[in-house]
Amino acid sequence: MTTDVEAPPPAKESPKEKEEGFLTLFLKNLWSANTVTVTVLSIFLALVVGAVLIVVSDSEVLGKFAYFTSRPSDALEASWTLISGAYADLFKGALFDPASFQAWFNGSGTWQAAFNPISETLTYATPLVFTGLAVALAFRGGLFNIGGQGQAIMGCVLAGVAGFAFHLPVGLHLLVALLFGVLGGALWGFVPGFLKARTGAHEVITSIMLNYTALLFLGWLILQKGVQDPERSDAISKTIATSAELPALPAPLRVHLGIVVAVLVTAGVAWIINRSSFGFELRAVGVNPPAAKTAGMSVAKTYTLLMVVAGGLAGLGGATQVLGTADKLTAQVAGNIGFDGLLVALLGRNKPWGTLFAAILYGGLRAGGNLMQVDIGISLELVTVLQALIVIFIAAPAMVKAIFQLRAARSARLGASMSKGW
Amino acid sequence: MTQVSTATVENLTGLAAPDRFWNRDRRLGAGVTVIGLVAALIFGPLAESKTARFTLSTDASGAALSINGQFGTILFGLIAVALGVVMLTGKAKRWQTLLLCLGIAAFVLSFLCWQVAGKFMPLIDTLSGSVEYALPLVLGALAGVLGERSGVVNVAIEGQFLMGAFGAALVGTLATSVWAGLISAMIGGLIIAAMLAVLAIKFLVDQVVVGTVLNLFALGVTGFLYERLMQPNALKYNQPPQMPRWEIPGLADIPVIGPVLFHTNVLVWIALILVFVIHFALKGTRWGLRTRAVGEHPTAADTVGVRVRGLRYVNVMVGGLIAGAGGAYFTLVSTGAFNKNMTAGAGFIALAALIFGRWTPFGALGAALFFGFAQKLAYFLSVAGSPVPNQFLNMLPYIATIVAVAGLVGRVRAPAADGIPYVKS
Repeated sequence: MTTDVEAPPPAKESPKEKEEGFLTLFLKNLWSANTVTVTVLSIFLALVVGAVLIVVSDSEVLGKFAYFTSRPSDALEASWTLISGAYADLFKGALFDPASFQAWFNGSGTWQAAFNPISETLTYATPLVFTGLAVALAFRGGLFNIGGQGQAIMGCVLAGVAGFAFHLPVGLHLLVALLFGVLGGALWGFVPGFLKARTGAHEVITSIMLNYTALLFLGWLILQKGVQDPERSDAISKTIATSAELPALPAPLRVHLGIVVAVLVTAGVAWIINRSSFGFELRAVGVNPPAAKTAGMSVAKTYTLLMVVAGGLAGLGGATQVLGTADKLTAQVAGNIGFDGLLVALLGRNKPWGTLFAAILYGGLRAGGNLMQVDIGISLELVTVLQALIVIFIAAPAMVKAIFQLRAARSARLGASMSKGW
Repeated sequence: MTQVSTATVENLTGLAAPDRFWNRDRRLGAGVTVIGLVAALIFGPLAESKTARFTLSTDASGAALSINGQFGTILFGLIAVALGVVMLTGKAKRWQTLLLCLGIAAFVLSFLCWQVAGKFMPLIDTLSGSVEYALPLVLGALAGVLGERSGVVNVAIEGQFLMGAFGAALVGTLATSVWAGLISAMIGGLIIAAMLAVLAIKFLVDQVVVGTVLNLFALGVTGFLYERLMQPNALKYNQPPQMPRWEIPGLADIPVIGPVLFHTNVLVWIALILVFVIHFALKGTRWGLRTRAVGEHPTAADTVGVRVRGLRYVNVMVGGLIAGAGGAYFTLVSTGAFNKNMTAGAGFIALAALIFGRWTPFGALGAALFFGFAQKLAYFLSVAGSPVPNQFLNMLPYIATIVAVAGLVGRVRAPAADGIPYVKS
């Protein structure tokens, strides 16, 4: 920070630090633009904007602002009640509600009620881990996989169909259904990867287009005979067999085996990126394709394989959605998990474990948002706004830095990610 | 013509590939032949041998072009085959594009004869419906043209549409004025465009990332305000007046074209005028030359004194105004009220039209009309109870774009500096 030379990459272990003492260094780093500080401040900024939106959209509170000059306490108090109520619900719905814990200890409540918020958080986080990894992995190889949504939808479709069309023993059926989900996503990832490798067609364009193609395909499929629930006239498929369901905790809790799979897959992806030869190739291609080519790697093959693997991950996310929570295919079965996965990957800085934590954070926002909507009627869409805003602030660290007058960090490489055209 | 040419077909990859027998023309010819054969041999036997009536009105009445459905299906299929064979021989190199268009048109006609056999299809209704569906696509694609020709990728057209639609519904209702609605729609588009511009140009964030995130942001904000304001109190906040349909006396009496183009809402005219204005401005004005220069080679433009970032700001913002007006279509023309996520991917079809139209205003117009026709046809078929699933017709814009960027139908090439932020060194 002072006049010393630029520290080598692992800046935290530089000799200078020992001289300064841990505490001073910690305090100095605290207000510098490093990853953690920027992330925390981004979340804070997003919550501030969210609070403004909450107040602006409440006519009752807004009415009190009409006489703000004569009695400001009225308006401020009402705003505070509204905002604190909303964000308290967000917290209670995502982590734990002290009241339900107390009830559990008193014996008047159940342990399920106490752990329900965490269960919900993990349930929502599960598919996001996979779709997030699908984006993060492709990013590391220099590809922007915006097609996670389509890949997840195809994963939903194939896993769902395998779930109700096949009749297999318990265990095997689940495995087959999950594999079908991977296959569906991989297929949808293969197309942009292959086209990129063969013709240079930009993967962003092709995969955006494939997103909506998949959605329309799903819309068509669930109305077909053999897929549509024969007892229903609306667009809904048959229910998957119990043998294909991901095992879940007892009834009111919804969290299922998918989150365990998610953690294992995160470890697997981390291994692929950091330890495997394919990971080395994809990182090399991501950093500098011509150099990778000169070194004897096949850029085309890497692109194709990378998109297949990424697509497979997103497809697995779709599969956990169907086999873990949804049980049947509907037009909206995949929700927004593909695009949310994109946000998750960006928040996780395209690192596997970062993506996992980001997914849990977003899952928590989602679970808390549900409680907020039910409890005080503030629309769940607020969560979408918060999620997008967090990533906007994170993607533009220079902006956060400017707003809070942070000093430049020595180690942070927070430059804007991936700037290349189509 | 001193065009820096983002629109022309030749490019570097073409130079690299040796002249093969299966060159682009032959592949296209083979493609047209195959779809012609499909039409003649598959659609033909499926078609009923009944009269297909294409009425020159908005309903079953009035004069009509009639043809036996099965005969027409096979006839147009064979025409497509013939055109494809001509393309395959490679004799008429100069007319390849025309032949391709005719071949596709013959295929479409064959398909229509099959579907309409024993029924009727109101031509004017179909055409005005196509124009109406194409309207937001044209405006959105023009916004894209402005941004991308100056080097800023605009994936946030969907978000601009949503904000536009929302702004039009909210302010239009509060002010009970269509024009106030239209203006606030443009401001809605501008808000997203400004965020895109600042983040992409000043803070150098990857433009595709910003665009995607802004789409989600717009989805969240409009959805949130919709559920907080409009849903509980639709009368007060969500009943915008509808855009009036104006008639140009004289011109509106021209058969077919008249009612479609000259008895319609003013947004259609704005869109068409903008296509011409932007086309000629890009080609012939100082602003146009600078825009193209900045989009192709910003360093060179900067060297001769063009303010690269300033120009990009202006273009993206103006694009936002135009895309916002496109968003107004959804609430002021189409449905009459705002609904959550009501644009449902139209912004991405506009993006597809922009790419399919090779980043040119007229190309975008043509692509948008084609996609609009596909959507109208899908709607018509689902109402007419056709066995052809309308979802597959709705996929057409997306698949056509994939085919286009994959280089199967000519090469599409984006402006060279599209998506790359400019940093003065």
